[in-house]
Amino acid sequence: MISLTINGQKVEVEPGTTILQAAEKLGVFIPSFCYDPDLTLVGACRMCVVEVERARNLIASCCTPAGEGMVVHTDTERVHEARRANLNLLLANHPLDCLTCEKTGNCRLQDYCYLYGISETDFSGERKDYGFDDSNPFFIRDMNKCILCGLCVRTCHEINGVGAVGFMNRGFDTKVSAAFDDPLEDSPCVFCGMCVDVCPVGALVPKQSVGKGRPWELATVKTVCPYCGTGCGLELSVKDNEIVGVKGDTSSPVNRGQTCVKGRFGLGFLQSPERLTSPLIRKNGELVESSWEEALNLVAQKLRRTRSTELAGLASARATNEENYLFQKLLRTLGTNNIDHCARL
Amino acid sequence: MYERHILICAGTGCISSGTISVKDALENELKKHNLQDKVRIILSGCHGFCEKGPIFIVYPEDIFYCEVQAEDVPELVEEYLIKGNVVERLLYKDPTTDMAITSHDEIPFYSRQKRQVLRNCGVIDPESIDEYIIRGGYVGLENALKMDRMGIINEVKSSGLRGRGGAGFPTGMKWEFAYRSPGDKKYVVCNADEGDPGAFMDRSVLEGDPHAVLEGLIIAGLAIGSDEAYIYVRAEYPLAIQRLKTAITQAEEYGVLGENILNSGANFKINIKEGAGAFVCGEETALLASIEGERGMPRPRPPFPAVKGLWEKPTCINNVETLANIPLILRKGAAWYSTVGTESSKGTKIFALTGKVNNTGLCEVPMGISLREIVFDIGGGIRDGKKYKAVQIGGPSGGCIPEDLLDLPVDFDSLTAAGAMMGSGGMVVMDEDTCMVDLARYFLSFTQSESCGKCTPCREGTKRMLEILQRITKGKGEPEDIPRLEQLAAAVKDSSLCGLGQTAPNPVLTTLRYFRDEYEAHIFDRRCPAGVCKELLSYYIDSELCTGCRACVRVCPTDAISGERKEPHTIDETKCISCGACFDRCRFDAVKTK
Repeated sequence: MISLTINGQKVEVEPGTTILQAAEKLGVFIPSFCYDPDLTLVGACRMCVVEVERARNLIASCCTPAGEGMVVHTDTERVHEARRANLNLLLANHPLDCLTCEKTGNCRLQDYCYLYGISETDFSGERKDYGFDDSNPFFIRDMNKCILCGLCVRTCHEINGVGAVGFMNRGFDTKVSAAFDDPLEDSPCVFCGMCVDVCPVGALVPKQSVGKGRPWELATVKTVCPYCGTGCGLELSVKDNEIVGVKGDTSSPVNRGQTCVKGRFGLGFLQSPERLTSPLIRKNGELVESSWEEALNLVAQKLRRTRSTELAGLASARATNEENYLFQKLLRTLGTNNIDHCARL
Repeated sequence: MYERHILICAGTGCISSGTISVKDALENELKKHNLQDKVRIILSGCHGFCEKGPIFIVYPEDIFYCEVQAEDVPELVEEYLIKGNVVERLLYKDPTTDMAITSHDEIPFYSRQKRQVLRNCGVIDPESIDEYIIRGGYVGLENALKMDRMGIINEVKSSGLRGRGGAGFPTGMKWEFAYRSPGDKKYVVCNADEGDPGAFMDRSVLEGDPHAVLEGLIIAGLAIGSDEAYIYVRAEYPLAIQRLKTAITQAEEYGVLGENILNSGANFKINIKEGAGAFVCGEETALLASIEGERGMPRPRPPFPAVKGLWEKPTCINNVETLANIPLILRKGAAWYSTVGTESSKGTKIFALTGKVNNTGLCEVPMGISLREIVFDIGGGIRDGKKYKAVQIGGPSGGCIPEDLLDLPVDFDSLTAAGAMMGSGGMVVMDEDTCMVDLARYFLSFTQSESCGKCTPCREGTKRMLEILQRITKGKGEPEDIPRLEQLAAAVKDSSLCGLGQTAPNPVLTTLRYFRDEYEAHIFDRRCPAGVCKELLSYYIDSELCTGCRACVRVCPTDAISGERKEPHTIDETKCISCGACFDRCRFDAVKTK
């Protein structure tokens, strides 16, 4: 075990624990934009800097391992000065449209500016001025709001394994983009939307949420994805009985917060007026709504009259493993092995 | 049997000044006079005195001709090689005494130097391993092969050698970390991504004495237990890359590189990786990322490369100049090596001396020499009799040193204490005509465009510092700009991820420290004391000097100048936009600034 002191309090941690994790253990809050324990630690945003005695410069606590006997201060004027300067610089290159920004109330830049009392920037000068990437039906990319924490880049490379986005250009012109700065639609992006989840600011916003309510107006409902049999846990943001946002449930052991494009952006069918809510039976060449009892009776009748050699069953990937198991059992009991699965959603 | 050897410098500087056509002309002339069997032509590495290139030295007499062009060659052959009359017009002339000097040892630029690392540069044919061996090459490697790993490391440690790439970390200690770091595979990396504007010592060593770098690398490999090295060299150095490749092939043929080196059982492979021209790739972790095929962005340390470096293996990274010192230490011993230098900085350092001095070029000096000696003795003082103002040491990461610190001993620690740094050894001399605010602006524009964009303070902070400096040089500075700059510089220095950001504010901080009055003059008096910042200048015509030629009238874009032919002209200040066109145009120095 390694023992160190943070803000005068002693703490013991396992070797390899970062200063930030050690501080968390003590309940000491350290702000950060680019830190995610599931991803490579990059120390890019420099919000988590702390003072370590005998170190020449401020230290990024998110990626520096705790050392034996280290004496750390997270709350000194020097630390605050650096964090304030950092926020000041980010704000100087960020649109101040919080009143209409989708991210308001759930934005880390906003939270930290509140925390450090930064209401406006000290710096006038050039701001980035990129066009909107509105090319896909799922989310908006507004790179003018990007603070280049790189969470989306690392998530795409390390969790999804797609690598659709990376950094381009240098210095002030650095930008997250797909190859050749193409729209995402023309990139290998699969629109899983995991980048949208990790973005700490309003640079990546799901279209389904736009104008649908502030975070404090939304209820969170946990559910299981209705698509494939994997059974990913989802967290729905609901307002007035309408789903206005979907996130992976980080507490679900199945997907640990991840989802695919369908689960995240494909739940629109739930409240679609075109959705079938009762069985249809063709009568005199027309599909007519019926009760479940009538429909099931009709199917049972027809099955009884059909020879097993003429019978086949087609199951759905949307059903769970257990449901598909029962389905094949049923058909085999009826005497056929002609069972298949559409294998797509 | 050759009677004479002629060394023509084939460093990049001299090649661009005409070495190849001089060599072709010489070959023709020698044939014409049937001298081709008596005179041998050698294309040597860099002599350091690039300003005077192409350099042409005749041995055994050691006659130093400079700025030789192809059309001078027939005269040199007939007058000197045949008749024996020294061609005086092609000799070097001392800028202060105007006396011609025949031998290169007597030229002050050379006589005050101590050329240890550059011992072979300009002396041997860099494409010949035999010439390197004759000059003591690969003896250090032989000695190292007789020692155990800690023996080699201790020798380097006691030599006191510190890294020449900038930070000055003790080389032996670095080797020991990599040696003690457990790993089935280890790498040695040579950092040849020389990026400071104006610095070219690594280039000259690679071009002029590539085997010294290879020998240093092989010894480093033996010391830490590595069998593979990468040389990360900028693609903008094609000649260096070509000579390295030649040297690697020769070294493999001679058995000092490859498998079973000199029958010792040790193996060593050297790969070359060409960099794509990003300044930040000189930072070691960005360099490693670049070798791995990633975007060249620094990674947080720890873990240090000695523990987890290239492909997460223990890696020892040394700069070109550092490695070129190693063969000397292993050949002549740490005790010999450490006789040169100061208590904390041993050996020599190569500087790229440039700017407003009379003699520009590469000079190698013992550590601890004063700046005054470098600028005034080796550099021959300031051009055109102007007054010294400052010298910028360490490139964009360094700082400027004013006149009252000229007697500062040049070593790692005293430069750092003065707010500058050794850096890789760029040394830009400035005279009274240099505006220090404009200088800081220049370096910030460099670091801003070369910032990798990863961390916030460097990416955004250098941009805002640059904008403030641009504003001041345009006469739009505000009184709060000075404290704003100081505060921002401190935050960027304190919280940036890598050395680029941590040192980027140095030019601002040192100019503010030593030349604050210039900032104040720009902001409060709307005046540029050096007369550089165009927007702050106002122009007038000296009626005594004006000949009334109307040349300025014709170039003025706003018709601000009036006057009859052959009568003194005048500038209407209300119309003048201070573009400086008249100033540049006037052949009689009649346009003045105030």
